[in-house]
Amino acid sequence: MTGTPDGPEDRLRRFATIWSRAIFPVTATSLTRPEFEQQLLPLARRLRDALRARTFDAAAGKAVGAGLVDTHCTEPEALSRTLDVVDAYLVLYCGTEGAQEEQRVRSARLQHAAAAGFAQALRERTLTEQEAIYRAALDARAAVAAALHNSEARFRAVFQEAAIGVGIADLDGSILEVNDALIRMFGISGQTMRGYNVMDWHHPEDAPQVWRLYDELVRGERDHYRVEKPFSRPDGTVLWTNLTVSLLRDAEGRPEYQLALMEDTTERRLLNLRLRYEATHDALTGLPNRTLFFERLEKALSAGEGQRFGLCYLDLDGFKTINDSLGHAAGDRLLVEVADRLGSCATAPGEMVARLGGDEFVALTTGPDTQAEVEELAARIMNALAAPIRVDGRELTVRGSMGVVEGPAGERGSAEVLRSADITMYRAKAAGGNRYETADAEAEALAITRHGLTTALPSALDRGEFFIEYQPLVHLGDGSVRGAEALVRWLHPQHGVLGPDRFIPLAEHTGLIVPLGRWVLEQSVKQARRWQERHDDAGPLRINVNLSPCQLTHPGLVSDTVAILQAAGLAANALCLEVTESALIGADDDLLKPLRRLAEMGVDIALDDFGTGYSNLANLRRLPVSVLKLDRSFTQSMQRFPADPVDLKIVEGIVALAHSLNLTVTVEGVETGAQAEQLRILGCDTAQGWYYARPGPPDRLHELALVDAAS
Amino acid sequence: MERPAWAPQGIDITVPSVSRIYDYYLGGSHNFEVDREAARKAMEFMPGLPKIMQANRAFMRRAVRYAVEQGITQFLDIGSGIPTFGNVHEVAQNACPGARVVYVDHDPVAVAHSRAVLEGNENAGIVAADLRKPRDILGSSEVERLLDLERPVALLLVAVLHFLEDADEPYRAVAELRDALAPGSLLVATHASYEGIPLRPEQAGGAVGVYKDIRNPLIMRSRDEIARFFEGFDMVKPGLVDMPLWRPDTSPEDEDPYAFSGFAGVGRIA
Repeated sequence: MTGTPDGPEDRLRRFATIWSRAIFPVTATSLTRPEFEQQLLPLARRLRDALRARTFDAAAGKAVGAGLVDTHCTEPEALSRTLDVVDAYLVLYCGTEGAQEEQRVRSARLQHAAAAGFAQALRERTLTEQEAIYRAALDARAAVAAALHNSEARFRAVFQEAAIGVGIADLDGSILEVNDALIRMFGISGQTMRGYNVMDWHHPEDAPQVWRLYDELVRGERDHYRVEKPFSRPDGTVLWTNLTVSLLRDAEGRPEYQLALMEDTTERRLLNLRLRYEATHDALTGLPNRTLFFERLEKALSAGEGQRFGLCYLDLDGFKTINDSLGHAAGDRLLVEVADRLGSCATAPGEMVARLGGDEFVALTTGPDTQAEVEELAARIMNALAAPIRVDGRELTVRGSMGVVEGPAGERGSAEVLRSADITMYRAKAAGGNRYETADAEAEALAITRHGLTTALPSALDRGEFFIEYQPLVHLGDGSVRGAEALVRWLHPQHGVLGPDRFIPLAEHTGLIVPLGRWVLEQSVKQARRWQERHDDAGPLRINVNLSPCQLTHPGLVSDTVAILQAAGLAANALCLEVTESALIGADDDLLKPLRRLAEMGVDIALDDFGTGYSNLANLRRLPVSVLKLDRSFTQSMQRFPADPVDLKIVEGIVALAHSLNLTVTVEGVETGAQAEQLRILGCDTAQGWYYARPGPPDRLHELALVDAAS
Repeated sequence: MERPAWAPQGIDITVPSVSRIYDYYLGGSHNFEVDREAARKAMEFMPGLPKIMQANRAFMRRAVRYAVEQGITQFLDIGSGIPTFGNVHEVAQNACPGARVVYVDHDPVAVAHSRAVLEGNENAGIVAADLRKPRDILGSSEVERLLDLERPVALLLVAVLHFLEDADEPYRAVAELRDALAPGSLLVATHASYEGIPLRPEQAGGAVGVYKDIRNPLIMRSRDEIARFFEGFDMVKPGLVDMPLWRPDTSPEDEDPYAFSGFAGVGRIA
């Protein structure tokens, strides 16, 4: 395209350069100016050709105007500058030597045509682009609408097919939309449903906060809440739901709708109620069970000031016998009838009857006036049991023992109250049954102590809570100390020092007497040995130790005793084992054998509390006994002055009998000098009692013996 | 309630769009009156705005040609807007027939328009996605179809990063894209800045305010902040410079003063 310098091509290019320089600043092209100039060059050529053509055609000008638009010269200023450039330079750079005027005319007409072409092309382009952008906007909208439609379809599917109930209401509560699940839950048509207002669904069992939460939500103060809520169905049944309500806001955040999601919990609730019922009721009688009773009792006991409770604890008398003789089925039928009768006794609000198990029932009354009410309740129950119960064609007379406890709330725990009732019930039973007793603190304390001591006994031995006191045995002839009786004591952590009468029967009952007895024997024998070591000049001090009936029958009695004596190094004749008369009454040879063995070894056997039982005096010969200990009842009668002559005669006779059988006689409970003198005259050999010394620590005895020896 | 991810955004052509405003600056008619109104308002503060856009386009054109010279035939143009003329695919396919181009924009109208323009062009495509979510872009079917990420790609972020606020984590987005590209890939980017604008910042701030009003805030960043986008890239000479100064074809002295607003640069992944 390069031409000779100042040739036509070169001049054409110079024209294009001028043109491009003029309009480049007002174009939006991203081309460089030289590149842009290249785009103008064909347009310049068309102008030149039109200028020089044999036959003039202004259409070229139109094409040039349109070409400008094609090169993205859309600014009107580009046209204006183009026309300026054509006007000033086209003829100059692209014209011919001849007909200047004709060329000027042609240039002017080309400019007019270029303007028209530019305008037409720009209009076309503008319209095309406008249409394109509108179509793009429509396409985009259609795409969004399609996507929205899809998402809405998905949403609707979720809404309609959801297993949970979904409903939408406006802020006034008018139901706008409900899904199938919700319709099924309520059992009414969607049409009917949409006629409802949320406010129609008040239910008597609504939780107190439900409607407050609702109000907060529709006022826009809360975005959602979740409650358990019942609804009444048109058929009168109740629909229980887990209800979640959410506030839907518009784009500006203003509250617009409320959305409710409901889960039908009716079945689950029924099941829960049923499980709860089963967990809290006795399967046989249908009465509340122990669990429910304790719940109520706890509630009654923790009630506020002024509230009281009354409790009747009933145990049937002789129920075991009925069960054993008539069978469990009959026993059960009896219990069911008893339960029915009891149930009818406690029908007032605040009253309940429960079965604790077996043949144990309780009736509870609560409120401010239970002091009077509980007595009436107890009387009603006794009365209800009065009529015989017919079971398997038999008329059974049912008797019961009842413990009644009444008191103010807030003082005692349920376990304590029930124990009190239990103890009181046993008091009623002990008093013959078929009655009720009212709890009595003193009686209870005793029973509680007995109960407590029994349970505390085993560990007491381990913890070394027992100790031994010794009461001297004094020779009545010369007043010298001959030995001592070992008396076990219990230093109880709460109750202090307890005598054997408080716990030996309990130990007998629990079998603890065997290890306890062995311990006492061991300690006493060791002590006797110590006395002998320190006091051999005062003659041998003997030791008396009590044997309980249990120990007598214990197979280890002989071997234990021998082992203990050997271990301590004490001679057998320094030991005297005291056995109560009652333990030996009717004793056969088997029982007496171990005692005989011990006696053969030299151990003295004393018959304790002699004269309290129906002693078969003739039997005395047969027993391996060497000492009679007269019961304190004989000495007590001698405290009076003058003593009862008959008593004196009896004692005298016993002593004579004993001596004739080679038995020595010891008396207990000597409290005065006169008594001692009397007993000495009557021929008694040894004595013990407060007159000489109370039971005391082992060192006391040592001192007494020393004094005795010194005197 | 949060709008589900799969629920589409609505479109509202009564709200000005930055891509249609851009088209207006470039003399196009792919715009509505709301766009033109916003554009005119911004131009009251900065009459030279069209020149800035033009400089962006000119730079992009040079950079695409440079990329082709470097043997790159794949282009990922994010924030492509409304392709009126002189687009990446025109430039690239002109220089290298068969060059592949994926455009990305989040303006549904721009996307629809691009789709119409590119109809029949098998080597170019448009993705409706957002620079803020590079994974949506990289995971798109168009990228999968048209680009081989095992080979170098020219990533174009021309006049788009300055629409991402710091809260949008623009640096993280660029890094995520960078990490997906093969060695030899190029980052081609321009960014608006108060540095270089031939106006007092208060006046330029008026134009920035217009963008803020149309909820497409323009984030003016300093040169240092803009340079940080090229972390992990080796800068191609002459580095991060005024747009007309990046490998000019003609003397920059002829350029409009507004063309020197903001910065342009090309970086290469080693």
